[in-house]
Amino acid sequence: MLQKNNKVDQKNSKLDKVLNQVLRYVGMVLIVLILFGLILLISGSDPIKSYQDIFSYTLGSRYGFTEVIVSMTPVLLTALAVALPTRVGLINVGGEGQLYMGACFATWGALTFSHLPGWVLLPIMILLGMLGGAVWAFIPGLLKSLGLVNETITTLLLNSVAPMIVAFFVYGYWHSPMDTNKTAMFVPAARLPRFFNSRIDLSFFIALALLILFWLLLKYTRWGMEMKAILGNAQAAKRNGIPINRYWIIIMCAGGAIAGLAGMAQVSGFFGVLMAGFSRGVGFMGFLISWMSFGDPLAIFITSFVISVIMTGGNYLQLTVGLPFAVINILLAFTLFIVLAKPVFLQRKVA
Amino acid sequence: MGDINNELDERILVSMQGITKTFPGVLANDNIDLDIHPYEIHALLGENGAGKSTLMKILYGFYGADSGEIYYQGKPYQIRSPHDARGIQIGMVFQDLNLIPALSVAENIALFLPNLPAVLNHQQINEQIEDVSKRYSLHVNPNAKVANLSIGEQQKVEILKLLLSDAKLLILDEPTRVLAPHELEGLFIVLNKLREDGYAIILITHKMNEVFSCADRITVLRKGRVVNTVLRSEVNENDLIEMMFAKRITSVETPEKQAVDRSGTPVLELSSVSTTGEGDAIKLDDINLQIFPGEILGVAGVSGNGQKELSDLVLGIIGSSGKKLINGENVTNRSIPVVRKKGVVYIPENPLMMAAIPFMTVLENFALTNTASYIRFGGLAMDWGQIHKDALAAQEKLGFDVPLYTIAKALSGGNLQRSVIAREMSRQPELIVASYLTRGLDVQSANAARKALIRARESGAGVLFISEDLDELFKYCDRMVVLYQGRIVGVFTPEETDIYEIGHLMTGSEVLYAAEE
Repeated sequence: MLQKNNKVDQKNSKLDKVLNQVLRYVGMVLIVLILFGLILLISGSDPIKSYQDIFSYTLGSRYGFTEVIVSMTPVLLTALAVALPTRVGLINVGGEGQLYMGACFATWGALTFSHLPGWVLLPIMILLGMLGGAVWAFIPGLLKSLGLVNETITTLLLNSVAPMIVAFFVYGYWHSPMDTNKTAMFVPAARLPRFFNSRIDLSFFIALALLILFWLLLKYTRWGMEMKAILGNAQAAKRNGIPINRYWIIIMCAGGAIAGLAGMAQVSGFFGVLMAGFSRGVGFMGFLISWMSFGDPLAIFITSFVISVIMTGGNYLQLTVGLPFAVINILLAFTLFIVLAKPVFLQRKVA
Repeated sequence: MGDINNELDERILVSMQGITKTFPGVLANDNIDLDIHPYEIHALLGENGAGKSTLMKILYGFYGADSGEIYYQGKPYQIRSPHDARGIQIGMVFQDLNLIPALSVAENIALFLPNLPAVLNHQQINEQIEDVSKRYSLHVNPNAKVANLSIGEQQKVEILKLLLSDAKLLILDEPTRVLAPHELEGLFIVLNKLREDGYAIILITHKMNEVFSCADRITVLRKGRVVNTVLRSEVNENDLIEMMFAKRITSVETPEKQAVDRSGTPVLELSSVSTTGEGDAIKLDDINLQIFPGEILGVAGVSGNGQKELSDLVLGIIGSSGKKLINGENVTNRSIPVVRKKGVVYIPENPLMMAAIPFMTVLENFALTNTASYIRFGGLAMDWGQIHKDALAAQEKLGFDVPLYTIAKALSGGNLQRSVIAREMSRQPELIVASYLTRGLDVQSANAARKALIRARESGAGVLFISEDLDELFKYCDRMVVLYQGRIVGVFTPEETDIYEIGHLMTGSEVLYAAEE
């Protein structure tokens, strides 16, 4: 009799838990919408109309939806570039810098081998982009495994160096005759192919493939298991004969390579040129997304999507209602703040 | 001083009655009574883990006791925080000194004064410091920066700090651990003077010679209990050693020892190996030892004398000078995977920290040391069926029954240790490094674990067996060495020595012992 009651209780508490979660997320969204509605009111626009516009544009129109995918592509990659190292306990804040270096290396390839056909040139650029990011991540990885400097600090500091290197090459050598701050447009062979008659390019599918590979790596492979061990207890892993220093360096470089690939995709797919200071924080956004998703591949996908809806919708509002771009940043900041703070008052106490 | 047993006698400065304290899985203090009188130096003697520090941290308000009472001058007194303890003039010097390096001596002391004025009067504080330091020959320059002081001087500052803040009962937690021999004498002189002035001093230690140099009364703790409180004049070293370790060699059935063939190549050979002892690690100094196939070499010593460093060294976690040979092959300063491939397995002192991944299942943990042999498709997948089979077989061989799909963190200490032992023994070991193999195991599992070692020895493996349990060492070892402050201070076979000799070596009193002979 007693046992039966226990079982019922367990079921109830499970249901409660799920309900709890749903309520919390609905609550969070409501808070964000209300807060941002206030901002919209202050700036003189109708919040309800604005919200309608955002959602009908991003989710209700074909063009708007493809734009969401386009803005989602680079952050998927940079989020993965952070999520991979977290699986061996490394915090890679350097996605931004690695992205710049990837773009820089890839651009060098595009400019130097511009006579080659696309099916040769693009793989070269992809490899170069990954190499650039990996080189930039190798420095922190090496310093970490030598026990010299914490990787959080080195990756963060290298972020401000990489854009300057890009600027150095762009202003000094690569700029087109017409401009000072960007290269000439890449030749068609150096552009990633586009699909669906939209701006969605090949890098989106590469990103999806990498997300799936990431999941497979963790779930099934020997290396995934050893990574899990390093994350769970580095000291024990070391004593069990897992070469943790080697893992630290290789995984850090792999993370960098993915961020570098994002950079390559930005210049080859999205822009078609390399501009000094082109990124606008794509690397940092990836960091936030990865941490909000706890490094889980599916969560990364969903979070990236939601963030991209906000960004794209915001851009649209900028055009139609004439909101300044800063206001969209406020919306984004609200979202991050509320999600990361996980408001306590939305938690129903399970007695 | 006489025997004063009335707990309400107000001549007793502080009386602790029936103090019990448990930590998860450990009974640190079990119903302890302790009286402290003014005008006495009271030594708290016991092995590591006997509960000395815990008891004193309860008295100083650092931990709360689960039950028991503390009386101050005959009246019950609640000590809930160090602040309360200082209210009845109790002060404590911790093992790792607690000064602020960037500040001067005077500033450090001033910070600790009970009623610190808003604006410091440096002149007055300096005078106070000089007064007290002259009286007790605790000479330090009040204006010196603490960062520039030696450890010995810092300790003087700590003691000054307590004296200036009006402490009447001083608790010193292993004060001599950080001191050089010549500083030791100085400390004892200071302590004697303090006693003459009516201070009460509690000295936590596990070193015999200190007890005999200065203590008036001695309370021996063992496994969280008071064994006895005695006057120094009533006992000799052998009595104390017996109380501390409580091991007369008993006639429990001893496993049959086979003669070890020491003519072949040793499994492990260390010749003049030394380490640098970075950080707070103990420096190993000129270690020479050999373990032959089928031999169990015991390492006796009070823990913290280099045992952890020795096992780390064999496994390749820390580098060294000198030579390390495994089966005759030079592996000095090679990496852990290389050493492990030579057939070295390791059962560490703290399995949850050093051997298992807390959030992985027992089965996953089992596969960890040997992932390479369980891969399929070149590493793209793991052969969990085979792992399951091997894990079951390994447990069956030892008679263990640890659930395979529970995460390591959820296991009891004993089961966790069993799972680690099963894993390590399944690898056909040639050299087993076992640190405190039976710590935390109940009698039954301890026996099973030891049996596993014996079986490995019978199949020709060498064992480096680190333990604090002298009884265990005498019973199972073919030879034993004693480790004291990073050096090997004695090599014996169990037949040619006794626990007294080992005990003396462990506590660093070999000179006194030789003199008595």
